[in-house]
This record gives sequence, structure tokens and C-alpha cells, in this order.
Amino acid sequence: MMLLQIAAGSHPLHGTVAEWVWLLPVLPLLGFLINGGISLISAAHVGPSDPDMGHGGEDPAHTDAHAISDAENRGAHGDDHHAVKPHRYAGIVSIIGPLVLGLSFILAWLIFSQMRSVAMTAPFIQRYFSWMPVGSLQIDAAIQLDQLSMLMVLVITGVGTLIHIFSVGYMREDPGYPRYFAYLNLFVFFMLVLVLGANYPVLFVGWEGVGLCSYLLIGFWFSEKANADAGKKAFIVNRIGDFGFLIAMFLLFSNIGVLDFAGVKAAAPGLAFGGALVTAICLFMFLGCAGKSAQIPLYIWLPDAMAGPTPVSALIHAATMVTAGVYLVARSSFLFSIAPVASLVVALIGGITALFAATIGLKQWDIKKVLAYSTVSQLGYMFVGVGVGAYTAGMFHLMTHAFFKALLFLGSGSVIYAMHAAYHHTGSHEDAQDMRNMGGLRKYMPITWGLMWAATLAIAGIPPLSGFFSKDSILGATFERAGHSTLADSRLFGIPGSALLYLVYIFGVAAAFLTAVYMTRMMIYTFHGPNRTGSAEESHLREAPWVMTGPLVVLGILSVVGGWFNLPEAIPIGRVGILDSWLDPVVGDATKRVAEVAAGEAHAAASSELVFILVAVAVAVAGIAFALVRLRPQKLVPAAQSPEEEGFERVLAHKYYVDEAYDAAIINPTYQISKKVLWRGIDAGLIDGLLVNGSSALMRGFGWMGSRLQSGAVGTYAWVLVVGVLAVLGAVTLR
Amino acid sequence: MLAESLALSAVLFTIGVVGVLTRRNAIIIFMCVELMLNAVNLTFVAFSRYYGAAGQVFVVFVMTVAAAEAAVGLAIIISIFRHRQTVNLQNINLLKG
Repeated sequence: MMLLQIAAGSHPLHGTVAEWVWLLPVLPLLGFLINGGISLISAAHVGPSDPDMGHGGEDPAHTDAHAISDAENRGAHGDDHHAVKPHRYAGIVSIIGPLVLGLSFILAWLIFSQMRSVAMTAPFIQRYFSWMPVGSLQIDAAIQLDQLSMLMVLVITGVGTLIHIFSVGYMREDPGYPRYFAYLNLFVFFMLVLVLGANYPVLFVGWEGVGLCSYLLIGFWFSEKANADAGKKAFIVNRIGDFGFLIAMFLLFSNIGVLDFAGVKAAAPGLAFGGALVTAICLFMFLGCAGKSAQIPLYIWLPDAMAGPTPVSALIHAATMVTAGVYLVARSSFLFSIAPVASLVVALIGGITALFAATIGLKQWDIKKVLAYSTVSQLGYMFVGVGVGAYTAGMFHLMTHAFFKALLFLGSGSVIYAMHAAYHHTGSHEDAQDMRNMGGLRKYMPITWGLMWAATLAIAGIPPLSGFFSKDSILGATFERAGHSTLADSRLFGIPGSALLYLVYIFGVAAAFLTAVYMTRMMIYTFHGPNRTGSAEESHLREAPWVMTGPLVVLGILSVVGGWFNLPEAIPIGRVGILDSWLDPVVGDATKRVAEVAAGEAHAAASSELVFILVAVAVAVAGIAFALVRLRPQKLVPAAQSPEEEGFERVLAHKYYVDEAYDAAIINPTYQISKKVLWRGIDAGLIDGLLVNGSSALMRGFGWMGSRLQSGAVGTYAWVLVVGVLAVLGAVTLR
Repeated sequence: MLAESLALSAVLFTIGVVGVLTRRNAIIIFMCVELMLNAVNLTFVAFSRYYGAAGQVFVVFVMTVAAAEAAVGLAIIISIFRHRQTVNLQNINLLKG
């Protein structure tokens, strides 16, 4: 790679290992090229073949959800029980896939150590080549390394490496093994481009690239229509959000004229505080975030995205890609902090989403769907954090969530792996992801059981696990900002921001309670009580191999200790606020602007923080206790014999019928208008019928009339001639 | 003298026109066309008495062309007859559009 121009020559990172930052995304790209090449040259068929091969006959109760899990089954175990064979090149792919990520992580860690050893206030920007020189607009292919992107890089490469290793075990017998790793490597490449880009267009390249990889991996087993549809849904819903992001970029360009972060940050103070322009930019940008990070009203694609392989759900749809929206808001904190109304909207949408998704999670039976709604809910928390201007708290929750949610997903993958293996032995067609078919798995999978409990307690917010600290810092910041901040002083639709923020706080606390309930419910139904898998299958349930449980253990440790990186002042059991001071050069100014705190002033009294902590812990404990007391795993029957829910429970089980409402309100009208008006009316009727065929018919009519004159009878011609002559003569003489 | 000549010429011409318009037989129509030509010739001759010999020169031209036309026309009619066994123009409309 050629360095055309080296900027920031005086930067402390100049001439250090940080110069190699371009290698971070290039390593996964190399992995993609190698694995993709292997996938192309190997003659093995891609994707599963006929679903019912070797089982004889079609299952009459073959629902969509069932089909998805079937695909998962074959994905993990191949088509035929007796012909399970790893891919021809599985060995080399298993090495390259995780290796490039591991190297990337090691390099990231080296750069991180270097960054810690120097005092770094300005971002380290590397320009490689001029990408789009258009008039006054100069867009470079440039990388920006600062504390915020470093945090993201560490999360992406660290958690990514673990998930790649897990995938080696989970996907080993899949016929599309090299293709899987090619996509996964490509995803990491784009994700790193997203977080390392030094301007909005480069970020947007990564943003779209991860969307593409998400689409490819959701529809990884594309021969099953439900999976391919889920991929399409994710892609299309994200396009709506991307439209918003693009508009935001256009507005920035037309009003500021630059698109790189440093330039926009420098120009931001010149914009009117809370003005229509900056509010519009932020709201459009947030529309993009709502699409990518699955917030109301664009969250609907994420639960469907569970059609992809489980490690994909862990990496893309829990730990990294879906948090890109949170990252974007934090990255644009210099804009959001001067747009209090937009920030208020972010926090409000985040709060509503957190509560809304948590209620749906209460009644889902598919273990991955529970986790999917949990992810939507936790993303809501992160948006509350960055919305109220507690950018560090939002990023903190992003980090801890990446740990415990990746662990939960990989744990569920391990459970599904075991369930499938068991059902596969007996050739059963039961749903391996339905919790009603699980139960009592603790006996067979003790490691997974222990680690998942750790993650459950972490997400529920039990101290001293990671989720407790991050969630508490968000809720605490929300309450604090409700009392005193630029947000509290602004109004949204005439309602004081202060009241709305108190409402968001209540939503957050309620969602925390529900989180504890549905996570405990998931654990009880999966691991406790009697086993409902089936007597023939029970003996085949066993723990996954070490290549899968190993990453779980590492994530388990991180889920426990992850919160200690940013201890609140109220609990000074170690160094306080490491992450706060780490991110301070990037988001510190914006945070203080929102909180209306003068530089140097302490942000909150430790005593009031203690009250929030006690409330949070009480709520979490109450949720877990409620679930433990109310739920009776002994009464549960396998999925096939379960009755439909009644009343409000049915509404929850059907996810508030939002998909159906969108179908009726948007998709179906669009489809019908497209079909009946645009296609039949405009295209076939107006353009084809009237304009094209109509003009030809008109000309043909004239021709027909002309041809009628040519009777071929000489007498007629003579008559016409004579009449004509007489007419001329008459006209001449009578003039 | 001129008026009578022109009147005769007009009568002959009209007969010719009516014949062309009303008759079906190609030979008769052909003869009617000749009649119209000769009516015109008569007009030329009549006017040449007052305006010089140019009219009589034209008559010679017309008769020459009419002779050539008669030769070609009759040849066509004969070949039509050989082909269709009729010279009734109602049955001959090959140039219908």
C-alpha cells in the first residue's frame, strides 16, 4: 500500500506500530480472498440439498420456523447422517479463518498498548489515497485511529476471533464451510472499515459492506426459502435506514462542505444550537442507526435474521454489526450534543424499544428468538445511553453486551448443536430450537449451563457482573440528565424533555425487570426441570467439543469482569472510570455540553449513584425471583403438544402482530399499488398500451383508411378524377 | 361559327366522359377516351382559325400520341383478355389496396 501523504507528522503515534493500522482490516480481507478462492475452486456443492432426503416423506406439520431449524440442522451436520464428511479443504480453512482474525487482534492489542503509553488528544489520521476529489470536496481513503475506534476494534477482533474459533466446531460439517468463513472474514473487514474510517463516506462503505455480509450470512442456507426471505427482509429494511443516513450526509455536505469527522467536528460549533438543520441531520442519521441497530420502527428484520447460523447471530446480530448505529451516534456526538431534540428522540426511541422488545421476549419459545428480542432491547439501552449524552455509558454497554450476548448466542448454539445431534441420531423432525423440547440440559451440558447462567446474571444486572455496571451507568445518567441537561430544557411536541427522560428512565427500569424475567425463563426452560427432548434422544445429548466450549469460557470470564473497566465512583473497589477517561478525548466535550457541566466539575454525587445502584439490583433480583417462583418447567410439554397461548400472552407470542400490521399497512398496499397501478395501469396500460401500441394503432388506422381508397377498380378512379376536375373547374369559374 | 364548333366539341367530350364513367367494357371505354381526344382536337382546330396555326400543330401531336396510345392500350387489353377471358373492368381490380 502506498502512502501518498502522511498526515499528523507530529502526532505521538507517528512512527510507531500504529502506522500498521491499515493491516487491521487488510488481514481479514486476505482471509476472505483465500477462503473465497477455496470456495470457488472446490467442486463441492454449496448449500444443502433436498431437505427430506433420507428421512422419507414430508412432515405434515412443517412450519416456517421448523424449516429454519431444519436448515440449521443440516448446516451443522450435513445432509445425511452416514455421509457426514468435512469439506475437502476444511483443514486449511479452519486455520486461515480464525488465524487472520487472531493476527488482527494481536496487532490491535499492540497498537492499543502503544496508545496507552502516549498522551493522545487528537485522533491519529492516516490518508492513503484520494478517493473522491470532486471540486471543493476531498474524500480520502483514510483511517482515523482514536480511543473510540480502538475500543470498537478490540471488541470486533477480540469477540470476532472467539466466534471464528467457535465456528470451526459448529460449521465444520457444513458443505459450504469455506464460503462461510469467506463471508465471515469479509464481514470483519467491512466492520473494521466502518469503525476505522476517517470520514462518513468511508464509514458508509463499511456500513453497506456489513449489511451485504449480513444478508449473505442470514441467507447462508439459501435453498430454504424462509432463510433467503429473511436475508432479503434484513437487506430491504436496512435500505430504508440507509436512505436516512445518505440524506444526513447530503445535508452535511451541502451545509458544511466537508464529510471527514475532524472537519465536521471543527465546523459543528458554527451550526445553530438546536437549530432545524442540525436536528434534521441528526434525525436522518438516527434513521440509519434505527435500521442498522434494529430500533423501532425498523427492528423487525433482526428476529428473522436468526435464520442464519448461530455464530453469525452472535457476531453480526448481537456483538458487532447491530451496534454500528450506537457507534455512529457516539462518533457523531459533536452533532448530537448540539441537537437536544434529536438526542431526546434517540433516547425516547431507545427506551420504548428496550421495553417493547423485552415484553415480546417474555413469550418466545425459540431460544434464538428470545435472544434476538433481548438484543433489540439491549440495543435500546445503548441508544438511551448515547441519546441522553452519556456516550461513554452507551459504548460501555456496547462492550459488555458484546461479551455476554455473544456468550449467550454461542451457548445457545452449543445447545442447538447438541439438540440437533440428538434428533439426528433418531431421524426425528422435532424443532431443535424450541425450548419446550429442551429442559434439564444442565445434566448433559454442565459447562454451557454454568457459563450461560453467568451471562444471564450479567445481562440481568446482578453485581459484580459486567451488565450491572453498564446498565446502571446508563440508567443513572438518564435520571441525572432528566434533572439537569440541555435535553431536559428542550421540548418535544410541547412535552418537556425532563418529563420524557423520567419516562425513559421508568421504561429502562421496567425493561431491566423484564430482562431478568425472560432470561431466567430461558435458563429454567432450557437447563432445568425434566427433560422433554424425547426418551430416545436423551442419551445422545452431550457437551459440544472443546473448540466450541473454549471460546465460551473466555467470553464467560469477560462477561464477569467486563464491567470492572468502568467502575462507578460509588463502588471504588478498583480504579474508577477507566473507560470514562479513555474515551474522554473523543466524547468528553459532547458529554459535558449535554450535561451542562463545566470542565473539571464532578458529574454526580456518589451518594445519589448508590441509590440508583440499589434500585437496579433490587429490580434485577425481583425479576429473577419472579421468574423462579412463577415458572413451572415441570408443567411444560414438548412443542408438538403445546396448546396456543390465550389472551395477551398470545399477542406477545405473536410479537404484537407488528409483522402482520406492516404487511397490511405498508407491504401489501405497496405490492398492490405496484402491481395494479404501476405495472398494470402505468406500465402496461399507459406506456405500453396508450403510448406505444396506441400510436402504432393510430397509424395503422390511417393506413387502413388510405388503403380503402385504393379499390383497384378503374371506374372508381375515373369517377374521383372527374369529380375532382369538376370541383376545380367549379371553384375557378364560381370564384 | 366558333360557338357551334365549341358546342359540338363539348357534346362529344361529355359523351366521352359519360361513356368512360358508365361503361364496363374496356374496349368501349377506350373508344370513349378516343372520342374525348377528338373532341379536344376539334376545339383546337376551331380556335386555330382565330389564333394561328399552333392549334393545328397540336392536333397533329395529339393524333400521333393517340395512335401510339391506341397501340399500347389495345395490346394491354388483348393480354388482359388472354389472361382473364374478359375485358370487363369490374372484374379487374388487381391493384386493390
